[in-house]
Amino acid sequence: MARATTPRRKALTTLAAWTVALIIFFPVLWMILTSFKTEASAVAMPPEFLGASWTLENYAEVWQRSDYPRFFWNSVVISVGSTLLGLGLAIPAAWSMAFVPGRRTKDLLMWMLSTKMMPAVAVMIPIYLLFQWLGIYDSKIGLVIALMLMNLPIIIWMLYTYFKEIPSEILEAARMDGANLWNEVLYVLTPMAVPGIASTLLLNVILAWNEAFWTITLTTTKAAPLSAFIASFSAPQGLFYAKLSAASTMAILPILILGWFSQKQLVRGLTFGAVK
Amino acid sequence: MNMTLRALLGATALLTLTGVAMAETEITVATVNNGDMIRMQGLMDDFYAKHPDIKVNWVTLEENVLRQNVTTDIATGGGQYDVLTIGTYEVPIWGKQGWLASLNDLPADYDVDDLLPAMRGGLTVDGNLLASPFYGESSMVMYRTDLMEKAGLTMPEAPTWADIEKAAAAMTDRANDINGICLRGKAGWGENMAFLTAMSNSFGARWFDENWVTQFDQPEWKATLDFYLNLMTQYGPAGASNNGFNENLTLFNQGKCGMWIDATVAASFVTGKDSTVADKVGFALAPDNGLGKRGNWLWAWSLAIPASSQKQDAAKAFINWATNKDYLALVASKEGWANVPPGTRTSLYMNEEYAKVPFAKMTLDSINAADPTNPTVKPVPYVGVQFVAIPEFAGLGTTVGEIFSAALAGQKTADEALAEAQAAVSEEMAAAGYVK
Repeated sequence: MARATTPRRKALTTLAAWTVALIIFFPVLWMILTSFKTEASAVAMPPEFLGASWTLENYAEVWQRSDYPRFFWNSVVISVGSTLLGLGLAIPAAWSMAFVPGRRTKDLLMWMLSTKMMPAVAVMIPIYLLFQWLGIYDSKIGLVIALMLMNLPIIIWMLYTYFKEIPSEILEAARMDGANLWNEVLYVLTPMAVPGIASTLLLNVILAWNEAFWTITLTTTKAAPLSAFIASFSAPQGLFYAKLSAASTMAILPILILGWFSQKQLVRGLTFGAVK
Repeated sequence: MNMTLRALLGATALLTLTGVAMAETEITVATVNNGDMIRMQGLMDDFYAKHPDIKVNWVTLEENVLRQNVTTDIATGGGQYDVLTIGTYEVPIWGKQGWLASLNDLPADYDVDDLLPAMRGGLTVDGNLLASPFYGESSMVMYRTDLMEKAGLTMPEAPTWADIEKAAAAMTDRANDINGICLRGKAGWGENMAFLTAMSNSFGARWFDENWVTQFDQPEWKATLDFYLNLMTQYGPAGASNNGFNENLTLFNQGKCGMWIDATVAASFVTGKDSTVADKVGFALAPDNGLGKRGNWLWAWSLAIPASSQKQDAAKAFINWATNKDYLALVASKEGWANVPPGTRTSLYMNEEYAKVPFAKMTLDSINAADPTNPTVKPVPYVGVQFVAIPEFAGLGTTVGEIFSAALAGQKTADEALAEAQAAVSEEMAAAGYVK
């Protein structure tokens, strides 16, 4: 039964939502504000806001000191590439698990998820040596493979959840009409699951964009993405917080814009199947 | 053979020869983000003018990330890096493993005899110079001259710990948010344990005796930790167990510390444009207790070549350029003497212009007062002033650092912390086979 919404309740709910949103967004907001302050103003205590010294120098210096376009392009190739490759493998895998499950399908799904429970550092040396041996260390293709493998369990799980929502009778009808497996997946299942696939794509692009452990461990100069760009501005001796904030803002801005424009799709995808 | 064919062959041969002559050797330099290293990257035009056949690719990372990546690469013989920025802790350990190429054959103009003896000693293993110091540092006392004057005190050039306690008590002004002293409290082998290990040397303490038996149960460590905890509890800032170099630098620059004992490299920051007390800072040697050892450390960020590098000649050319006397003159000509990487060469401290830099003499005296091969009052089986140059130390130092940081936060007493440290380190050393 729907609960009556009084103006007072609505106002309180709105206030609570804005408060929670502000708390979540505050670190990002503070980072953006810090990026426009001088180094002295960035560490002032109590923190300065209206009386802070504002400057664009941090951005100028960060831009001048590093090859931002190269880092940016590497991030685009690695995050989009790993996601598309992951989707290519995950769609057939999720299809088989959703529509022709075997006795061990649930175990298989759990096993795939369990690979995400292992700390990445535990396999750092074997992966490092493997990449050296294969000659894909510090290459974009190497990182595309690494991040695809890292996110594949999530992609399969998300798609599996979406596919489970599609009535299998529709696929059976397609088969009755003479569709082979390829046609069934490509022309019937995929168009129906576009919202789910789109949100999976967006979420995994964001995950790959923000990944920092493997992208820093498996690169030096050629394939280093924006995570390495940020790391190059971190300094344990010396107050360079404003420059670090400027570098971080430049690194997250593209993905923040992407997230902003696709938030409806993202929210729809993430809550898909949550309410029936 | 007709003329056209001859011309084509000639042109091809010429292009091939030109291509060989212009072939670039690319080297990858792994480094940390600090003022001196960034400055060097801005002066690369000079290097390229002298070595047009070498291209340098930079990988700049945060110190701990750099350490992890470089260690992985060098231990697996990956060969991804041609020049490494490493500290005095790594050089003796990696040198013994045969992971670093010797720099004994650098050209004569490198002038190896000009290196400060303490630095050269710390970077030489079995007669081989394995890393060339880019900048060196020790630790010293930085204090507020105005607050000392107000308290009617004068800081001796070589103070004792008793002098420090007296000055801290006199300068503490809680009403005006001024702490008598700021020291490292954040856990980590390169954070609070760098300070506490160096401090313990001046109290006659040591990590291990000659037979690698752990010494945290000895009275010298008790005296060290009691003094540190008392000093920080009474005159230190709130939440000091979270403070490392940058946090204390922030406090000092905002005028909230009467004294700060830390790296000599901080001198240029506390007297720089971001400091509100730039013109009120004095310097003194790290304190002692009259036992013949001061509480100062010795560190150098140095450039080394991994044995796995395939481009060692180009890497040596780069190291010779970056750590040569000429480089110091280049920085001075472009950015002034105060911005020259300090603490590596005797000739720098003989230079009359550099002598005018306010912290120059104190930096040199502090570096000279540290002896990594003989760091403690009693004999020890290890080298290293603020660390023990064994592979296990990074883990041990961080474990003990966490225990001592918890004691500073009031979560345990000094006795409990020392007993816990003794047990943890003894167990690890036995497991590692040092103690039979």
